[in-house]
Amino acid sequence: MSTSSYKKQDPYSSTAGLPDKMAVFQECLQQFNATPVNAKKCRQLLAKLLRLVYHGETFPSQESTTLFFSISKLFQHKDVSLRQLVYLTIKELSSTSDDILMVTSSIMKDIQGNDAVYKPNAIRTLSKVLDSTTVHSAERLFKNAIVDRNPVVSSAALISAYNLLPSSKDVVKRFTNETLETIQSYKQFPPTQFQLHEYYGSATSNLPSTSYMYQYHALGLIYQLRSNDKMALMKLITSLSEGSSLKNSLSIIQLIRYINKILLDDSSLIGHLFPILSGFLKHKSDMVELEACKTLVSLQHLIRDDQFMAIVTTLQKLLSVPRTATRFAAIRLINKISIKHPEKIMVVNIELESLINDSNRSISTLAITTLLKIMGAGTIDNGSGGSESVDRLIAKMTSLMDEITEDFKIVIIEAIENLALKFPSKHKKLVTFLTDLLRDDGSLQLKTSIVDALFDLIKFLPDPSAKQLMLMNLCEFIEDCEYTELSVRILHWLGDEGPNTSNPSYYIRHIYNRLVLENSIVRSSAVIALAKFAAVCGGDVAKNIIILLGRCLNDVDDEVRDRAAISLKFINSNKKKLIVSDSRYDLYTLENKLVHYLNDEENFNEKFDIDEVPVISNEEYNSIEYNRKINKLENINDNSAVTEVEERVKSPTGGEATPGDSLANDLLKQQEYSQQLSGVEQFVEYGKLTKSTIEPVYLSERESEIAVSVVKHLFIESKHLVLQYNINNTLPNTVLQDISVVAQPDNDLYQEDFIIPLAELRPNDTGIVYVSFTIPDIEEAELLSAFGNTIAYTSRDVDEDGQVDPNDDGGWPDEYQIDDLEVLACDFITPLYNSNFTALFDQLPYQDTSVVTINQVDNLEKAIEKLKNSLNMMPLDGSDFVSSGEAAHSLKLLGKDVWGGKVGASIRLASTGGKIVAKVEVKSETENFGNIVISSVY
Amino acid sequence: MGQAFSFANIFGKLWGVQKEIRILILGLDGAGKTTILYRLQMGEVVTTKPTIGFNVETLKYKNVTLNIWDLGGQTSIRPYWRCYYSNTSAIIFVVDSTDKDRIDTACKELHTMLKEEELQDSALLVFANKQDQPGAMTAAEVSQALDLTDLKDRSWSIVASSAIKGEGLTEGLDWLMDVIKDEQL
Ligand SMILES: Nc1nc2c(ncn2[C@@H]2O[C@H](COP(=O)(O)OP(=O)(O)O)[C@@H](O)[C@H]2O)c(=O)[nH]1
Ligand SMILES: [Mg+2]
Repeated sequence: MSTSSYKKQDPYSSTAGLPDKMAVFQECLQQFNATPVNAKKCRQLLAKLLRLVYHGETFPSQESTTLFFSISKLFQHKDVSLRQLVYLTIKELSSTSDDILMVTSSIMKDIQGNDAVYKPNAIRTLSKVLDSTTVHSAERLFKNAIVDRNPVVSSAALISAYNLLPSSKDVVKRFTNETLETIQSYKQFPPTQFQLHEYYGSATSNLPSTSYMYQYHALGLIYQLRSNDKMALMKLITSLSEGSSLKNSLSIIQLIRYINKILLDDSSLIGHLFPILSGFLKHKSDMVELEACKTLVSLQHLIRDDQFMAIVTTLQKLLSVPRTATRFAAIRLINKISIKHPEKIMVVNIELESLINDSNRSISTLAITTLLKIMGAGTIDNGSGGSESVDRLIAKMTSLMDEITEDFKIVIIEAIENLALKFPSKHKKLVTFLTDLLRDDGSLQLKTSIVDALFDLIKFLPDPSAKQLMLMNLCEFIEDCEYTELSVRILHWLGDEGPNTSNPSYYIRHIYNRLVLENSIVRSSAVIALAKFAAVCGGDVAKNIIILLGRCLNDVDDEVRDRAAISLKFINSNKKKLIVSDSRYDLYTLENKLVHYLNDEENFNEKFDIDEVPVISNEEYNSIEYNRKINKLENINDNSAVTEVEERVKSPTGGEATPGDSLANDLLKQQEYSQQLSGVEQFVEYGKLTKSTIEPVYLSERESEIAVSVVKHLFIESKHLVLQYNINNTLPNTVLQDISVVAQPDNDLYQEDFIIPLAELRPNDTGIVYVSFTIPDIEEAELLSAFGNTIAYTSRDVDEDGQVDPNDDGGWPDEYQIDDLEVLACDFITPLYNSNFTALFDQLPYQDTSVVTINQVDNLEKAIEKLKNSLNMMPLDGSDFVSSGEAAHSLKLLGKDVWGGKVGASIRLASTGGKIVAKVEVKSETENFGNIVISSVY
Repeated sequence: MGQAFSFANIFGKLWGVQKEIRILILGLDGAGKTTILYRLQMGEVVTTKPTIGFNVETLKYKNVTLNIWDLGGQTSIRPYWRCYYSNTSAIIFVVDSTDKDRIDTACKELHTMLKEEELQDSALLVFANKQDQPGAMTAAEVSQALDLTDLKDRSWSIVASSAIKGEGLTEGLDWLMDVIKDEQL
């Protein structure tokens, strides 16, 4: 070793002393092929080899195969610990080696033997070695192992069977009875406690606890075998939830998840399944309790208020257990409830307040944000006397502010912002809290978060005077702001917002002060901000600004001079658009297109076509932003549930949506559809695709043999509706041919143009059938329609090689009816944001009113959910929030129709005698459209 | 039954001292290889399934440790026999004497195998198995069908056997041990 340097080796680091791959390889070949076998040496070598493999080293197929054959020779030695390593190694090499079937008989012999030491290893390795031609010979073996009295053997067999599913489902299916028997059995190892010493000598620690883990494995396997059979699943769930037949906590958790899945598909089963779920709210394992709570919380729309209390009680108890992970999980769920129903968790207030001081940072953060929400809800409940509780909330927060670190302050700032957005009517005190905070000392990070919050509130609060107040506070702030980047952002913002206020000169003065007093970066921003005032306000304002900017032409800094010069040029030549714009490109699509463009040099022969990128007006952009803001918190907490649902609805075109950016993603998706349709010859002359439903609607059970979903595409200019039926053939041994869909509209004005059928659909393939209609004009008023749908096809059997059987006389034609489809107002509307709904609504020219009963819902919350879906309009002023106990509610919705007009709906909902009645007032810019909206409310 | 034809190999050379003797049992599927292996090891008839791969057992026979490999005889497995040839002292080739249809295939496989360089020095014992069955070819007939007399540069012997009845097995093995002791130890 060198005397001038020394590299310290971490003995625990995973790469420390990793042996050389080739050296190990050579030594393995040499030792394993020797006679007689030196068991100890070979074991050490296998351990080295495994270490390499576990560390990510791989061997190319040829070397791996050579290794495999040499290892197979070790079967001649009976040493149990050598054999165990042989199994581990073969298992690892099985994916890269050829001809691994050569060890099949030897493994099967070991499994039939009675040596418990390597039997589980042998079983697991066998599942890697078997293929569809050899699996039959191991059937008996697996059945015996599954019902083996030794729990470890049983588990190994169950997991192996699970791994065999993809290649040999038909064989694994025959293990059903053994698996069912195992779920409900109680196995221990050793079989009795008197035998402990036989296996563990006189050791008193590390004795195995009886985990019943095989129950979990068995349940997982049986679910895979039954997941398509709802009745069988229900039976299984019922029998397993009786008494305490499942002793393993993980298996109960899994059972709860399966129940959740079933309910996601068919919520009508809640009556039957709720008692089972709530039974798990009291369990000796806190994991089980948490899982039950989590599931029930995600199903809260199906649960009555009194039933809900049991969940809160369990969570409350879990908040004070010693285990940090449990407390965290509990408070996370409470936080989730607080998003929609803060009033339901008021009872845990005291626990939450004490958790603010929890030693775990994540817990205390959640405690604070949750408290804020509860208090926020308190402010709503009190209606007129609300200011009192806002005061209390602010007082609490202000006192907290002195005690907590900066990250927490940021959390509180975000929470306050959210509160103000959700309950705009309560904004005053909240805004004051923020602006006060802005005046205190703080780091750049803290100030940035305050400024961000204020920006959002300026954008989204309906009240113009609130806007004014915040802008003025920002002006004051930059008078004495030590952070250049914040000054720059605020100046930019003042330039955007200031010109539209009632007193632009106030802002101009403040901005001009920056021009005199600040560094060059701030000065350049001030120049641009001023230019915006000139462009928007015109008149005297413009004249004055021209003078101010004229002075900047002598600035010492290049950038300031340049900007002043170009601004003056634009102002003088009336190029307003170059200074302020009311639209922008959709950045997501732009990025997407650019990446695509850059991917292939062939594309460079033509210029990148910016016209393909949709332009978003500021109005639309605000809608996207608003939605993202409002949904942000909810989605963070909702991730698990969302991904599950999303996975199932993932469309055949492969689009994926991340929560939070849903509107932006919708644009992408729309773009994708448009591209897809333009590739179909028949649709080329239809012109521009106006709008598509983003998520396909299922017209059959998703698991049914032929699963059908539909997407509606509207071509408004050429008056066409194209129905895109995505058809998935889930039959394993059947090919479908000549597939078409007969869509029967109930509106006579709809004229079918043509059907584009599908020639063939192989097993597990998805294909598309298009049906095109000419639709009536908006003037004709009758724009909505329902469709009856029938799918017709010829089915043909295929043999094992996937060849159509030539002797089946051309197959047999078949058809069946799938669910109806409706064209509703939502197909003609996109959500729109506006901070001042009332003013806008009053100005819309055409009015329609009606009173209707909302079908199939029994509370206000569900009614609102339904209306949001069938109208696809944006709820404004926090009007989609209903606190429980309310008997009447008013919902304000805004959208933009496909003809470009705005449409607003003011809906008064009242709950009487279990029915929800709605008084709907719709105002629209497009004549006749209000009527369409009203017809979609029912 | 139990007649032995032997032909001493004068080119047999001395082997180093070896504690274990490695023997391969080969032959077409269903010939009785696995049955013979376990009959030798346990002294009883076991029920067998077609061997996917191999069985390997160690047994003591007359104070010598034998390491016996029974390789599967199905067409799909035969190509892998060669992976186990090295260091082999002897080959026991088992023939189903009732299977006249496939005796030619057995012959072809036998001679292909014997051409392998790694098996140059291994002795060959052929069991004309299933002699208990009516219509079984005699050892002489099997010997002829397998062209054994063409083999000039290796010690070989054919023994009529019945794995089920346990006849002929020790006789064959005894011959094998003698040859190995002579030539290789
Ligand atoms: N009658 C009879 N049957 C035998 C004899 N040896 C093996 N068998 C049977 O032949 C079948 C195949 O034997 P097996 O040992 O599996 O053959 P392998 O494929 O060469 O291993 C089994 O049903 C055995 O019972 C024998 O000497 N006489
Ligand atoms: Mg066999």
